[in-house]
Amino acid sequence: MPASTGPADTAPVSTGQPVALEGILEEDVLVRVEHVTKHFPVRAGGLIRRTVGQVQAVDDVSLVIPRGKTLGLVGETGSGKSTLARCVAGLVPVTSGRVIFDGRDVTNLSRRAMRPVRRDVQMIFQDPYSSLNPRRRVGAIIGDPFAIHRTATGGERKRRIQELMERVGLNPEHYNRFPAEFSGGQRQRIGVARALALRPKLIICDEPVSALDVSIQAQVLNLLADLQQDYGLTYLFIAHDLEVVRHVSDSVAVMYLGRIGELGPRDDVYDTPRHPYTAALLSAAPAADPDTAAARQRIILTGDVPSPIDPPSGCRFHPRCPKARPLCSEQEPQLEPRLGDAPTHVAACHFPVEAGEDLAAAAPARSEVS
Amino acid sequence: MSITEVEFEAQGAEAAQEVAGRRIEGRSQWQLTWARLRRDKVAIGSLIVIVIMVALAIAAPAFVSLTGHPPNTAYPITGQDAAGNPVGPGTNGFWLGTDGTGRDLFIRILYGARISLFVGVLTTAIGTVAGVAVGLMAGFFGGFVDNVLARITDAVLAFPYIVLALALAVVLGPSLSVIIAVISFFAWAGIARIVRGQTLSIKEKEYIEAARSLGAGPFRIMFFDILPNLLAPVLVLATLYIPQAVVFEATLSYLGLGIQPPTASWGNLLSDAQNFYQQAWWYVVFPAAALLITTLAFNLLGDGIRDAMDPRTERVLAGRRRRKRRKPRASGPGGPTAEFPDPVRQVAPPTP
Repeated sequence: MPASTGPADTAPVSTGQPVALEGILEEDVLVRVEHVTKHFPVRAGGLIRRTVGQVQAVDDVSLVIPRGKTLGLVGETGSGKSTLARCVAGLVPVTSGRVIFDGRDVTNLSRRAMRPVRRDVQMIFQDPYSSLNPRRRVGAIIGDPFAIHRTATGGERKRRIQELMERVGLNPEHYNRFPAEFSGGQRQRIGVARALALRPKLIICDEPVSALDVSIQAQVLNLLADLQQDYGLTYLFIAHDLEVVRHVSDSVAVMYLGRIGELGPRDDVYDTPRHPYTAALLSAAPAADPDTAAARQRIILTGDVPSPIDPPSGCRFHPRCPKARPLCSEQEPQLEPRLGDAPTHVAACHFPVEAGEDLAAAAPARSEVS
Repeated sequence: MSITEVEFEAQGAEAAQEVAGRRIEGRSQWQLTWARLRRDKVAIGSLIVIVIMVALAIAAPAFVSLTGHPPNTAYPITGQDAAGNPVGPGTNGFWLGTDGTGRDLFIRILYGARISLFVGVLTTAIGTVAGVAVGLMAGFFGGFVDNVLARITDAVLAFPYIVLALALAVVLGPSLSVIIAVISFFAWAGIARIVRGQTLSIKEKEYIEAARSLGAGPFRIMFFDILPNLLAPVLVLATLYIPQAVVFEATLSYLGLGIQPPTASWGNLLSDAQNFYQQAWWYVVFPAAALLITTLAFNLLGDGIRDAMDPRTERVLAGRRRRKRRKPRASGPGGPTAEFPDPVRQVAPPTP
């Protein structure tokens, strides 16, 4: 697929990639991402800046999030997960493609036009230390959504803030405290309360627990699960911890260098990964059961993640793939069901992994070459 | 009461104390700063000096009625000796002596303090507001806005400001408003540059993105999210700029381009005093001391506030380190007598 030529190219790119949709009714879809591409220009020069390249942070990504469900988005650092989330949240303008939220095209809306949408789409951030303004009191932070959208004032606002604090497991008496007086887990609860304030439909969780202690992670995850049940929330859940994603997600998307490598229902992806990258990620995750861990072959990927400024041709994973063949560097694989999978489980790989295939055996041969 | 009960109570008291202690520390940044500042003797001393100076300046008319000497009234009989020279401190009811034309030096220093402090605080306030506004806009909006504002800031900082101030004062004619305009004009650029830098770093914080994701507009973000984080450095900068503005005003007045006689200012008092320094030491020493003490106090207070606000300052070592660091600095703002010897009026005609 030819890469988008630049920021001026705003027409939807049609690549014929299928969107995993089968079995989902139109009205059940809350978020539909269609061929979204986000390129950041790389500029050089001092006084007169010129564009010398494009960071292809997100490249032609399509997916859907059904109402009330959780889509887990995994991938390593720099794979474009957070950028995709910010495109969905309308925080960064997309280079091309469309974001449809609740049946409405919200792509690159102006700030004013975006305002009503903001009430329905909220974010929980990764770092509970930098996502709360250290100079503002907790009450003011959680009350911000009410103040910005003018939905509650005075005593009413305070009452609702304290309700929220109670709902997320904070002491409402601590209304006047500063973020510095709370622990990491409590701070993340403040972030959750803020995201919950306007009763949104979608909450984008950008690695909400990766900065927390493992014992605290479970508490926050359980809180998120409770809230989903109580309020019928939809989550776009970003993480690099595969176990966390398996725990919370209904379906999973695996990203690599700005592309989706594999997408499908959680159990399908975890049990029969088709993309070698997914298989490698799964094999690298520590297993809770030592017997399983011993039995499992780790697939060790060689080399580093290539630069998203100049991504590899064909399949972006081919320089590191243990199964790569000449075709992989020549032709871009399409996201489609492989090896007779259900139509909801798609992978972008010419040579998908068979169940029980020993990928680790293929790896050493590659590492000698490189 | 059993022993365990006593122990339990003691533990409870300890816990309560701990809670109370944590409360104070967590209260607010300002309370924390004040708590640390209060322990800094130099800063508190400076604060007291400044308060006294301000009180004296405000109470100047009271001293006029007390001594019966209005600031601009000359006393040729009681205020000058037979040769027409000023009389010394304590003579004929002149607490600090008289000036060259037989006016009460103490009263004139007090009225000079009114001008100096007024100019210093007002220009700093104007410069701070303008500097914060420019720096915030440049840093927050970036791009074209930043390019334009940052280049203007650089241009202002690159000006030889004394020369420009002199030129402006000459062209526009010396007056209080010209002085305030000139000093304010040079005050904002330095603050703008620092605020811009701070804004650039704060802008990248996640809580700014959180505000944007809530739908906050640029001005709400600037005022509610960025500005509170800028107050600490800006307060320090402003405190440290006041003495500079005071000295700047004194310099202009000293060179005859600032406050015009008969209105008293520390600068023109010093300028007049040069003609008499051989006959009347008090005429030079007291205005110079007032200027020196005031600027020094503001500088030390600014340092103290900076140390108190810096969370990285270890409190145990802070006092010692601060004292060590301050010694050479204390001789720094040595007042205009040291900084600006009189090349202009080397051969001054003696006034009768």
